[in-house]
Amino acid sequence: MRQKTKNPLLALKKDWQLWVMILPALVYILIFCYGPMYGIQLAFRKYDYSKGLTGGDWVGLRYFKQYFDSPMFYTTMKNTFVISFFSLVGGFPVPILLALVINSLRQNKLKRVVQTAVYMPYFISTVVMVAILQIMLSPTTGIVSGLLKSLHLIPSSVNLLGTPSAFVPVYVISGIWQSAGWNSIIFIAALSSVDGQLYDAAKVDGASRLQQVIHVELPAIVPTIIILLIMNMGRILSVGFEKTFLMQNDMNLTVSQVISTYTFNVGVQSGQFSFGSAVGLFNTVVNFVFLILANTVSKRVADISLM
Amino acid sequence: MRSIAGKMKSDRSDRIYYICVTAIAIAALIIVLYPIYFIVIASFSNSNLVNQGKVILWPKGVNFYGYRKILDRSDIWLGYKNTLFYTIAGTMLNLALTLPAAYVLAQSKFRARRVIMTLFVITMYFGGGMIPTYMLVQSLHLTNSVFTMVIMGAVSVYNVIITRTFFESSIPADLHEAAVLDGCSHFRFFLSIVLPLSKAVISVITLYYAVGHWNDFFTALLYLNKDEYQPLQTILRNILISNQAMAGTTGVGEGSYAQQYADQIKFAVIIVSTVPVLCIYPFIQKYFEKGVMIGAVKG
Repeated sequence: MRQKTKNPLLALKKDWQLWVMILPALVYILIFCYGPMYGIQLAFRKYDYSKGLTGGDWVGLRYFKQYFDSPMFYTTMKNTFVISFFSLVGGFPVPILLALVINSLRQNKLKRVVQTAVYMPYFISTVVMVAILQIMLSPTTGIVSGLLKSLHLIPSSVNLLGTPSAFVPVYVISGIWQSAGWNSIIFIAALSSVDGQLYDAAKVDGASRLQQVIHVELPAIVPTIIILLIMNMGRILSVGFEKTFLMQNDMNLTVSQVISTYTFNVGVQSGQFSFGSAVGLFNTVVNFVFLILANTVSKRVADISLM
Repeated sequence: MRSIAGKMKSDRSDRIYYICVTAIAIAALIIVLYPIYFIVIASFSNSNLVNQGKVILWPKGVNFYGYRKILDRSDIWLGYKNTLFYTIAGTMLNLALTLPAAYVLAQSKFRARRVIMTLFVITMYFGGGMIPTYMLVQSLHLTNSVFTMVIMGAVSVYNVIITRTFFESSIPADLHEAAVLDGCSHFRFFLSIVLPLSKAVISVITLYYAVGHWNDFFTALLYLNKDEYQPLQTILRNILISNQAMAGTTGVGEGSYAQQYADQIKFAVIIVSTVPVLCIYPFIQKYFEKGVMIGAVKG
């Protein structure tokens, strides 16, 4: 018993070098990740400059109510949910297909070229990405919008960047263009660890290459698919701030104002710190609930979970 | 006979499969590369021809007006210089915090490991949000400071996990025990054994961090007001998206003439700002699959 109470000090003496090595990272995380978590109480307090961050009067859920009662609640919730739902539905299958295709290529040179190329857009900054969209989709000179018009896929008078109904498709498709290649890496890695004997067994059974994909490769990557789906559920209400913010203009604001851009508007730009905190906290909580839900469901159904 | 016929049939269906797969791969290649290729050729073509849709496969009316104009613009160079500093200093800080932390968290005998790991992982799924973070930075008097650009995001828990998993799986535990018997401290073991053996994971997380700093627009938007500190991405936004390509270089009132040159500057700016990043990643690509995989499996 005695030894147990003594142990921490002894351990500290023995491990002091390890503590020195972890301390900078630990301090950073405590200040810059847990500090803001402590500051969440701002959402429940009336912010008062003279009293500092946590000194304002406690007002309970007043700012949450203010958000739920405002017309922006429905708008921002709907926009955030629509953008993220279509990003998930449209964007999730493409990397899987891409990985299966890349994995099937027989010439190693072509394989490497395709891989290098499809990773490339991921390294382009959001600012440049949005600029490329403006160039490609310009109603007068854009080559992509020109092509779509000549194929009669869109009416010739439409401005893809200013039409509200075009915002989500443009957002989702450009997102796929930018990150499908990068997101395929994890599936390619999962495919490369498939046991060669499984392929041999399938060949003996007379399976064609396509049947091998369906019966050997797909089952092998299902756990990876489920894990990524769970992680994506935890982000269901976190639409990328940068891209939405940069794609926003007066014409598409009805569909492009999402929770994070709204938080930025009310919190940082108009200085309603408490209200902004409440909107942000609501967003975090919804994400967290979705994450837990998805995790529980997959644990029950497939016995796969995050932690 | 029957099995031979069956084999021929499967050979044929396999051939069709491979043709389809190759076709899809080449289509993906074109879809990804063409917009980038177009920006490149448009950056040194006559912008009238570009706007008329005549520049499609190769450059026409070759000139370097856009690039020459960039040379004259002090804001771009200032942005470049700032971003270079933020990227180098920021990435060095990232590595200085991430690598030792990952080493410690890979020590199975370190008692606090569990608690600290949990503390770290929670932040991947739950955070204070934009406004409380903003208020914190403000109360630390870090707004409008060069340090904010370097410090924010100093530790990415995701990268810590990738690195830790690499240390756990590729540095043999016996090696450490042998070193301890020889009187080797953690500091020395980390510096002279672990780091030299970990080039793969170090290059991957260096790339992740450096690209993050290079492309960071959000931190500056939130925390910087002063022009002299603005990174390249802010300048790019002004030029590319807010359409201020000609601001400060030519007088107003030139109408479409100015716009024509503005377009060419835009193309050139995209190239100049993006090429450094695009030149680096192919060298590190071979480590991606391993790096992402081990991180994801344990994450």
